[in-house]
Amino acid sequence: MTVKYETKFGSMKSYEKGRVEPISDDVKHYAFSNCFDIANKSKPYEKVVFGKNQIYVLEAIRAEGVSPWFTCAHDEFALNMDTDVEVHLIKLDAAQTVPNTEKNGAVLVQGEPQGQKMGWMKLKRGHQGMLPKNTAYQFRAAEPSVLVLQTCQGDLSVEKWADICQSA
Amino acid sequence: MNAPVDFAKSYSSAADSLTGYRSFKLGSFGFRRDEYFAHITWTTRDGRPLSHTMDVGAFLSALMRDVAWGFFYGGVNFDDVIGTVNHYSSVDLQAGHFNGTMKEAGVDLLENFPTDQIRVVFEDMLDDWTNAGYDPFAAPQETGQPYGRKNGHNKAAITRARELATRCVGLKDDLALRTDDRGAPVNRQFADVPQDAPELHPEPGFESEVHAFNLFAFLSRSQVTWNPSFTSVVKHSYMCPTTEEHILPIMHSNDRVEWFFQMSDSIDWDCADKTTGKPLARVIMKAGDMAAMPAYCRHQGYSPKRSMLLVWENGSPKLVYEIANGEAPEVPVAF
Repeated sequence: MTVKYETKFGSMKSYEKGRVEPISDDVKHYAFSNCFDIANKSKPYEKVVFGKNQIYVLEAIRAEGVSPWFTCAHDEFALNMDTDVEVHLIKLDAAQTVPNTEKNGAVLVQGEPQGQKMGWMKLKRGHQGMLPKNTAYQFRAAEPSVLVLQTCQGDLSVEKWADICQSA
Repeated sequence: MNAPVDFAKSYSSAADSLTGYRSFKLGSFGFRRDEYFAHITWTTRDGRPLSHTMDVGAFLSALMRDVAWGFFYGGVNFDDVIGTVNHYSSVDLQAGHFNGTMKEAGVDLLENFPTDQIRVVFEDMLDDWTNAGYDPFAAPQETGQPYGRKNGHNKAAITRARELATRCVGLKDDLALRTDDRGAPVNRQFADVPQDAPELHPEPGFESEVHAFNLFAFLSRSQVTWNPSFTSVVKHSYMCPTTEEHILPIMHSNDRVEWFFQMSDSIDWDCADKTTGKPLARVIMKAGDMAAMPAYCRHQGYSPKRSMLLVWENGSPKLVYEIANGEAPEVPVAF
């Protein structure tokens, strides 16, 4: 007989949050949060840092409606944790790319993105899409969803640890 | 390499006439197995003999990770007595050095070996002590027993290459997707995970840049447990997801902060002081939860069902020295 297993994923509508059970330590040191909880409390496309290791961050982003166009001097990756999100890509003309090739993190494209359309992709839950460097990218989500962005800390990154983390 | 001198300090014996297993020596440490146990012996700093015993299954599972990860980041503790510390060109082997009681009693020992020397001994020991039908990379329900007398080998299971993407899984000339044809069927505990690929609509000429893959499907086909593999890379930021079932066979004392993002199901973590072993916290993680592991702690996870965990590492080679110098914090954020 085959044993049945149910893999439990979370969503903004249905998730269960764990916690730190302290024994002899400060729970704040574990910066414990939940991406669905963060997205439920965030503005659309607010880039909330929920993991940080020196210059690198993971951001929990509420995807809802159409995002601004972003661009970045390095690759980034978006992992979808909830309902469908489209990602549209444009190969930016040099005039609109980030001038400093060493600059960390995403920035907003100034004005309408100029360049060749590269195409688009549809990410369902568990799908991870590449956001290649020096492209403009835009997210489109019919229903609220959650993206986890692998990137560097940048001008648009929002740190609000006290609002998102277990503190006692 | 000063091999002739260093390698003279390690050897393996002939096969034991009763159990069939070889025993090994590395510096002042001795390793022997019998039907149930691995026995580790050493001479304390003040000259007394001391010994330690581990269940051989637990020992081989730990040894498997240490070998497969190339000694990993920082400390790999097989249990609260035995372990290694990676210095990236050499490796410490220690007994009791990070056990508050043993350290205080002065019965601990730590010796440093060139990485190549300890690697060869560990690989030989893993090969000799792993019998046919036992896979030390698998969860207990998925494999046979490690016990009994010497009975064949399982070289295929213990020589799997670590899977490391250089930019992103599925790109041309990068780490390939997992499929049935490549010997990576869906694990029984992930039978309900959707396997559909993302819809991609590239314009002509952009087929290699408009790229996405089904990470959860990729993970559902992982053939091993507790083995972080690189799937996407931003500079030194490495996404290292892995599938977890039963107990992490080691307690990991990282030399830097790392982060865990639980992507499915649940894992409970025991966190303890990495120098003394004193318990610090339990971290209960469910799907969507994120937690930092401070650089001062060692951690060991328990996953009742096979689950998907994203281990997120900063692989900067400078970081370990910045932490040691106090330039990088042991706790990632203050609030």
